[in-house]
Amino acid sequence: MLEIKNLRVVVDDKEILKGLDLTVPAGEVHAIMGPNGSGKSTLSYVLAGRDGYEVRDGGVTYLGKDLLAIMPEQRAREGVFLAFQYPVEIPGVGSATFLKTAVNAVRKHRGEKEFDALEFLKLVRAKREALGISEEMMRRPLNVGFSGGEKKRNEILQMSLLEPRLAILDETDSGLDIDALKVVADGVNALRREDRAIVVITHYQRWLDYIVPDSVHVLSEGRVVRSGGKELALELEQNGYGGIGLQAGAAV
Amino acid sequence: MATSRKQERSIPLAYAERYREFAPALPGADLPWLKNLRQEAIARFSALGLPSPRVEAWKYTNLSTLAKQPFVPVDDADIAVSPADVAALLPPEDGPSYRMVFVNGRLRPELSAVGELPPNVRICGLAQALTDEPAQLEPHLGRVAALNGHALVALNTAFMEDGCLIQVPRDEALEAPIHLIFLGRPGATPPAYHPRIVVIAELGSRVTLIESHVGAGQGVYWSNPVTEIRAEPGAVVGHYKFQDEGPGAYHIARTDVALAAGSRYESFVMAVGAGLSRNEIRVALGGEGADCRLFGGYMMRGRQHVDNTTRIDHLVPGCTSRETYKGVLDNRSRGVFQGQIVVHKGAQKSDGRQLSRTLLLSREAEIDTKPELEIYADDVTCSHGAAVGELDDDQLFYLRTRGIDEAAARGLLIEGFMGELADEIGFARVRDRMLATVSAWLSERREEAA
Ligand SMILES: Nc1ncnc2c1ncn2[C@@H]1O[C@H](COP(=O)(O)OP(=O)(O)OP(=O)(O)O)[C@@H](O)[C@H]1O
Ligand SMILES: [Mg+2]
Repeated sequence: MLEIKNLRVVVDDKEILKGLDLTVPAGEVHAIMGPNGSGKSTLSYVLAGRDGYEVRDGGVTYLGKDLLAIMPEQRAREGVFLAFQYPVEIPGVGSATFLKTAVNAVRKHRGEKEFDALEFLKLVRAKREALGISEEMMRRPLNVGFSGGEKKRNEILQMSLLEPRLAILDETDSGLDIDALKVVADGVNALRREDRAIVVITHYQRWLDYIVPDSVHVLSEGRVVRSGGKELALELEQNGYGGIGLQAGAAV
Repeated sequence: MATSRKQERSIPLAYAERYREFAPALPGADLPWLKNLRQEAIARFSALGLPSPRVEAWKYTNLSTLAKQPFVPVDDADIAVSPADVAALLPPEDGPSYRMVFVNGRLRPELSAVGELPPNVRICGLAQALTDEPAQLEPHLGRVAALNGHALVALNTAFMEDGCLIQVPRDEALEAPIHLIFLGRPGATPPAYHPRIVVIAELGSRVTLIESHVGAGQGVYWSNPVTEIRAEPGAVVGHYKFQDEGPGAYHIARTDVALAAGSRYESFVMAVGAGLSRNEIRVALGGEGADCRLFGGYMMRGRQHVDNTTRIDHLVPGCTSRETYKGVLDNRSRGVFQGQIVVHKGAQKSDGRQLSRTLLLSREAEIDTKPELEIYADDVTCSHGAAVGELDDDQLFYLRTRGIDEAAARGLLIEGFMGELADEIGFARVRDRMLATVSAWLSERREEAA
């Protein structure tokens, strides 16, 4: 589903991704771990289509297409979803209005019927209740005044409404309390399907107890330096990155 | 040369030089007090001239193109306007109102619907009042909007032909708003008109005034309205204005407000129209506990120019003022915000806050902001802030990653930016209309881009 080959990306004259290879087949969950500053979020932004990243070499194929050639909104409509490490606050734009606009834009692209207000309300209610998001939050401007954990839940709410094929979750677990961790993981697991893939970026093994990955990759200085099964995460938990021969916390 | 300095500070206006020709046809020409008032006014205007950018308060708004137009006073006798013409220029009204329609500044009774009024409430055309009951008008006209120093108020006084007198008696709470609709209808020669609106809200009364300024056609015209409002103790005045003049219009408006103890004034001005517009508001907080709220929004494109100039005088202790102006400038449009707050000696416990925020949608758009706090008392809370920015890239990206295309994402952000202003408006109908104005502006912008 997702194939990244020798990806080299430069930001502000600084090379962040230095020949990154990663393949994620449909139906699988892949975890990406790695020290702060190793390039995990950069990778997620490049996949989502953020401006300002210069691809020097390599490329990304998604469902057989050149992902980097299409606009961010087009990627989203084609099924790429990024749950942000730091969801953006948008004053003045109501959460509910935003959700409806987004969902209908994506549905329209997929040739599905756009929801009317009532249908949409019902759908959102079911999904948000499962994630413990109050109706009051939906009336507030998007992410404005949301707590860290509320923002993360809101990301997963968006994901469950947009029904992506490829979901990239950038540290969705950070900021979630112990109970929320499970609730949100349930939301993610509900999305697992044969024709979908999930990339989970995290620092913590505990999150992977809830969302059990098929593979774990370690990113360091812009490259995947080690891949393995879910045991790799346990190994890292016990011995740190030093244990696999990396400098601990090698943030630039 | 002795006159060179004066010439630099003013722009000659041929139209005003022909005042003598037009004067006999003006309403109330036979009233000695009015004749005097007008004489004084035109003398004042002649001395001042049209302010040039050398005059500090007009530094950013240049009237020289206006001065070049061959304006004529309105001869409206044969301008046919139907109710449908008026309706086509306005959103449907979602509630009752006392409605007066003016075409090129003249009241059109056949298009208006004032209907039944509660006893002692007066809502009538100015020209008619000058004919029927000039004695009622004399003590009020020109009392709030003083001639001193303001050329365009003086010009309005000299030339005013019509407008509206609104008087709400003690403790009367007028439920429905008064809706004044000014329709500009440019003809073969560009018309100029000078409406005068006089509002007296007596002790403890409540009144809501909505002004809609619209234009039919692409041609040039000039509207120079002056509104004077006096709120007696405890009165509450809501004043809402939608400026959607035609693209060739000059709209130079001035509002003067005098607030007595415990009275409240809320103003909201939404400007999307006219080629060049200026809305100037001056509020005198003259009685303890008086409260004023000035809000404004503007959305400009092309080469439009919009100027919001305000001055709030805290004359006595314990008054509050709040001021927020927000706007969006696209293409090569220009905005001006000048906000002056003066806290006079002895006006302790004054509380004044001012905020101006502008979103520039293009590199060629420009805003000049000039906040001015002058404080002559020591125990006051005053603040001002001005922010100019562009749409936020992170916000845009976030929306786009959710499948919302770039144009729609921009639209949402602009709508959000302006929408925050709607929360400030205390009158639901106006709030809705403001939001509808924003949406309409955005869809026109999208159509233009497509
Ligand atoms: N615009 C930029 N200009 C310069 N350097 C940047 C820019 N954006 C990111 N970087 C750098 O790129 C490196 C990778 O950042 P990235 O956010 O991808 O790390 P990360 O692996 O997600 O880290 P964390 O675990 O802390 O979230 C960091 O050293 C960061 O400082
Ligand atoms: Mg990161």
